[in-house]
Amino acid sequence: MDNIIIKTENLTKRFGTFFAVRELSFEVYRGEIFGFLGANGAGKTTAIRMLIGLLKPTSGIASVAGFDVYKEPDKIKEKIGYMSQKFSLYEDLTVLENLRFFGGIYGLKSETIKSKSAELIKKLGMENIARKLIKELPVGWRQKVAFSVAVFHNPAIVFLDEPTGGVDPIVRRQFWDMIYEASESNITIFVTTHYLDEAEYCNRISIMDEGVIKALDNPSELKKKFDVDSMNDLFNLIARKKLLPDYEKTLQFYY
Amino acid sequence: MKRLFSFIIKEFKHILRDSRVLLILFGMPVVQVLIFGFALTNEIKNSKVIVIDYSKDEISKKMVNKIEANKYFEIIEHTDNKNIILDYFRQGKIKAAIIFPQHFSYDISNSRGSQIQIITDATDVNFANSIKNYISAIINECLTELVLGKDKRLTILPQIKMLYNPQLKGAPNFVPGVMSMVMLLVCVMMTAIAIVREKEMGSMEVLLTSPVSPVLMIISKVVPYFVISTIDLCLILLLSVYILDLPVQGSLFLLVAESLLFIITCLIIGILISIRTSSQQIAMLISLVGMMMPAVFLSGFMFPIENMPYVLQLFSNLVPSKWFYIIVKDIMLKGAGFEIIWKETLIIAFMMFLFLLVSFKTFKVRLYQ
Repeated sequence: MDNIIIKTENLTKRFGTFFAVRELSFEVYRGEIFGFLGANGAGKTTAIRMLIGLLKPTSGIASVAGFDVYKEPDKIKEKIGYMSQKFSLYEDLTVLENLRFFGGIYGLKSETIKSKSAELIKKLGMENIARKLIKELPVGWRQKVAFSVAVFHNPAIVFLDEPTGGVDPIVRRQFWDMIYEASESNITIFVTTHYLDEAEYCNRISIMDEGVIKALDNPSELKKKFDVDSMNDLFNLIARKKLLPDYEKTLQFYY
Repeated sequence: MKRLFSFIIKEFKHILRDSRVLLILFGMPVVQVLIFGFALTNEIKNSKVIVIDYSKDEISKKMVNKIEANKYFEIIEHTDNKNIILDYFRQGKIKAAIIFPQHFSYDISNSRGSQIQIITDATDVNFANSIKNYISAIINECLTELVLGKDKRLTILPQIKMLYNPQLKGAPNFVPGVMSMVMLLVCVMMTAIAIVREKEMGSMEVLLTSPVSPVLMIISKVVPYFVISTIDLCLILLLSVYILDLPVQGSLFLLVAESLLFIITCLIIGILISIRTSSQQIAMLISLVGMMMPAVFLSGFMFPIENMPYVLQLFSNLVPSKWFYIIVKDIMLKGAGFEIIWKETLIIAFMMFLFLLVSFKTFKVRLYQ
């Protein structure tokens, strides 16, 4: 189906005897915001790394933007944007220089980069900081710039690996506004997060545990299906296999 | 092409914005050449000595005059009091003391033979040896003159000519050594660190998900360091020609070509190190221990390889700097042409291809895990 942008079938990655990802099968539709949830070590990162061509799957089928991950990783790379949780931007370059560099390696023309940068800076109200080095900016701004960089070349899909880690609630809200805006311009969003309130913002979410997808649907359907009140309870039910007392929840999660 | 260009610009910015890196890249070569050229030499100049002359006769005075006229020595005191010698040595006032016994001329003129005592400060072994040699040379010279006056048939006069470095200056030995050290530093260590840094920061992942091919990425990492090491090469040559008075005897073109070969070899080694390591510290350690130390100790520029144990001599053949050192020395000092250094060139070229091959193999394995 043309509307499917990511499709995996029994996608598996084995490290030695350990199955990091086991027979993963799911579909992501064009233009949707797809939340990819799971506790640490559930296999999210491994799954993403296979989809963006950093890791070769052990077995199974996967295609991204219509291209096969085994045969056409280079074509996939043209179509995707990626924001990793570890690195976002070069700290010793300015905002503009980061845009110019990443635009450059995606093969955008100089004029395009210039006009798009100007447009972006105006939209985000970054006129004052456009020529500042990234290391001089607060974390919230960095993440916003990093997201802008990830979608700068107009990818079909952007993979966001815990994009809002360490960011305060207000900036997180603004960040999600940016995600919605990108989604409206028909960019598919594939996002992992630890903040379960953010899961509610997604069109559909999947919850992974021990290398397997345990649940996949839109947030309200899932809550109905598992008969829980909040995303938090759902996550605890699936990923932690038990309902924790309330006080422990507050210790473990932001909300 | 456009991609490569954006990449190279970015690399240059990384380098130009880090003042510590700049200091290493441009300050280090200058400081090394100047330190090795001026400060760290084996030459002795104006060494302070005292003379105790109990004879004060014709021959002893003649010898003292000769010593005094020599630029290597400066006589700070003439005295008859030998008790001060040890004090002076202890205080570091003198490097040597020369004692002429009584009846010096008389004994010599009457074919009875005489002696001169030379006392040197052997805390610095090389220095003491050099002083001993210089003074002995002066004495022999005087002796020859004396004998020459009497009977020419009994003399053998050594005609010594120091080829390529007649004044026995230290700089000619050090400049080629410094050149290979700087190349290693810039090309191996700095390049390896620059690539590994991207791995450590996590930016490598982001770059690998972009359409830029990994080979292109490495080329663009290497280009700035290639440019910088070429600038360093020019810097070192200019310094050695104009500041250290060390002209290039051979063809400058050949010297530059050989240096470029060595630079490329070093860059490939740097890439290999960066592929095999994942932290900046380890990359630095490997470059320093694996490349710099052999370059200092086994290239022959600090310690003559001929004096080493046989095993070390064999091992030194594996050190690329050794061959580069020989090449540079031959070109700069002897004015050697390619017909003389082709063997060394071939060895370096062979090493280059070997490292290139290993790099490619490792790179492929790492990429598709």
